[in-house]
Amino acid sequence: MTPDVLVAHDVTVAYGARTVLQVSHLGVRAGEVLTIVGPNGAGKSTLLRVLALLEAPTRGTLTFGGAVVEYRPARLLALRRRMSSVFQAPLLCDTTVFGNVALGLRFRHLPAREIERRVQPWLERFGIAHMAGRAANTLSGGEAQRTSLARAFVLEPEVLFLDEPFGALDAPTREGLLLDLASVLREAAVTTIFVTHDRGEALLLGDRVAVVMGGRVIQVDEPDRVFSSPATEEVARFVGADTIVAGEVRERHGELCVVAVGNGQIEVQNDAVPGERLLLCVRPETVALAPAGAPSVQSSVRNSLLGKIKRIVPLDVIVRVDIDAGFELRAYISKQSWHESRLSEGEEVRASFKTTAVHVIRRQAPHEPR
Amino acid sequence: MELIWQGIVQAFWLILRGDPEVMRIMWLSLSVSGIATLLSLVLGIPIGTAIGLTRFPGRSLVLSLVNTGMGLPPVVVGLFVSIFLWRSGPLGFLRLLYTPSAIVIAQFILAFPVVTGLTVAAMQQIDPRLRMQLQGLGASRLQVLRQLLWEARLAMLAAVMGGFGAVISEIGASMMVGGNILGYTRVLTTATVLETAKGNFDVAIALSVILLAITFLINWGLTELQQLGARR
Repeated sequence: MTPDVLVAHDVTVAYGARTVLQVSHLGVRAGEVLTIVGPNGAGKSTLLRVLALLEAPTRGTLTFGGAVVEYRPARLLALRRRMSSVFQAPLLCDTTVFGNVALGLRFRHLPAREIERRVQPWLERFGIAHMAGRAANTLSGGEAQRTSLARAFVLEPEVLFLDEPFGALDAPTREGLLLDLASVLREAAVTTIFVTHDRGEALLLGDRVAVVMGGRVIQVDEPDRVFSSPATEEVARFVGADTIVAGEVRERHGELCVVAVGNGQIEVQNDAVPGERLLLCVRPETVALAPAGAPSVQSSVRNSLLGKIKRIVPLDVIVRVDIDAGFELRAYISKQSWHESRLSEGEEVRASFKTTAVHVIRRQAPHEPR
Repeated sequence: MELIWQGIVQAFWLILRGDPEVMRIMWLSLSVSGIATLLSLVLGIPIGTAIGLTRFPGRSLVLSLVNTGMGLPPVVVGLFVSIFLWRSGPLGFLRLLYTPSAIVIAQFILAFPVVTGLTVAAMQQIDPRLRMQLQGLGASRLQVLRQLLWEARLAMLAAVMGGFGAVISEIGASMMVGGNILGYTRVLTTATVLETAKGNFDVAIALSVILLAITFLINWGLTELQQLGARR
């Protein structure tokens, strides 16, 4: 396993009596892109500022490159010069595009020729070489953010911090820049902390995802794992498991638990003991629907619940169907199959999904962020 | 009407002829107000920058004092500077009363809050997040400060204009601490008052025109500089 370049240990940030961040342990591995996701106000940006040494934690220690960070101006400056950051607003200075990209190199007192040599490739990489001489205050939002990104990458930092860099951009601009950034990050292989509230960005860019909620790091995992096995109910809701239902284990047969929920039961794969309370998450796209009278589906689908359609909401290319099965069960079906099945509100349906499609959150088991 | 016209003609004569007395008055006005403005910049810009960029207890009180100072009545300043410089006053031993230096002191006191207040405003219009961004790019404290001053440079020209404008046109303080002594402490404004009182309207108008012209030319130059920077 690659060593952690940057580690936060028992870090707390409090403003007066209000604790906004409390992280027992978070390690950033060399070369990885760690995305920090979470809802607005969760403490993501505070975490980024602490990791980027732009804010001293109220308590706790940071280790960078194996050494404990000392909060003395001269030491901090030396450490910060091994990092760089991009924020949501481009925050360009009142000079040209070139001048902005060169800024950090000037701070490091590099000779003009060296600056020129290093800036040029990054202007090209972000597609802004043709506007190198333009004044920064004449740029569009996308151009400005490209300049800001080039300004951070040109420093060839050991750790790069990106705080919602696409947050202020319109969708098409964002798309283009996101793909460019994804390929730059792959090529540069620079250790990156990427803060976003957008799950798609986290999934696309992150080697690992850290979910931050209420000032705590709830889960750190590979993107697939966070999305398929959220650690808590909050994470599940945030990553988009729309159906979350509480139930109690009735029986267990080997790996299979029978859990009583609402007015029916769901079988899941888990080693919970009878009597244990569980939270079950069912991602809507794993639920199949059929009219209640239709013959039962193939045997590998162990869960089959009868319910009444409460709502049908046609979305983009899919249709959201909310079913009352003693609890609210949500299903996404394609527009095609909606038209074919002719489902309508108030109708009885059979909803089925595999035992493996159900993610289980054990309520008693501790979910200490590790 | 005739009077104003005569005055303007007379003004041009006085300037074109290079009337030694008028030239001396003009030069004294420019240098006294110039030095006072310069001193207020030297002190007001760092202090204004510090107030603008930091947070400390009592900051808003300090800011209120500065803002009050921006509207300080020249006669009040003249009064207190006179008391201090009076022969028996606390600074009487300096023997500065009724000298050009006394005018510089009084005008400095008038210009300093103006420069400080406008510098605070200039620094506050910078995006506060820029400081963190600069630190994030590896700027030292000094480099952050230098960059922020660069960002505020256009707004700061307003501080220069405001400071100079406040003192070149004031009269109360100059009269009280300078004494309007011919050939020594007589400046454009005090001379204008005197000539008006004597009924020499043409000379008074001439002096006023010169005063207006100086103020205009200096502000025009600074404005051009500012707009040049803004267009870039």
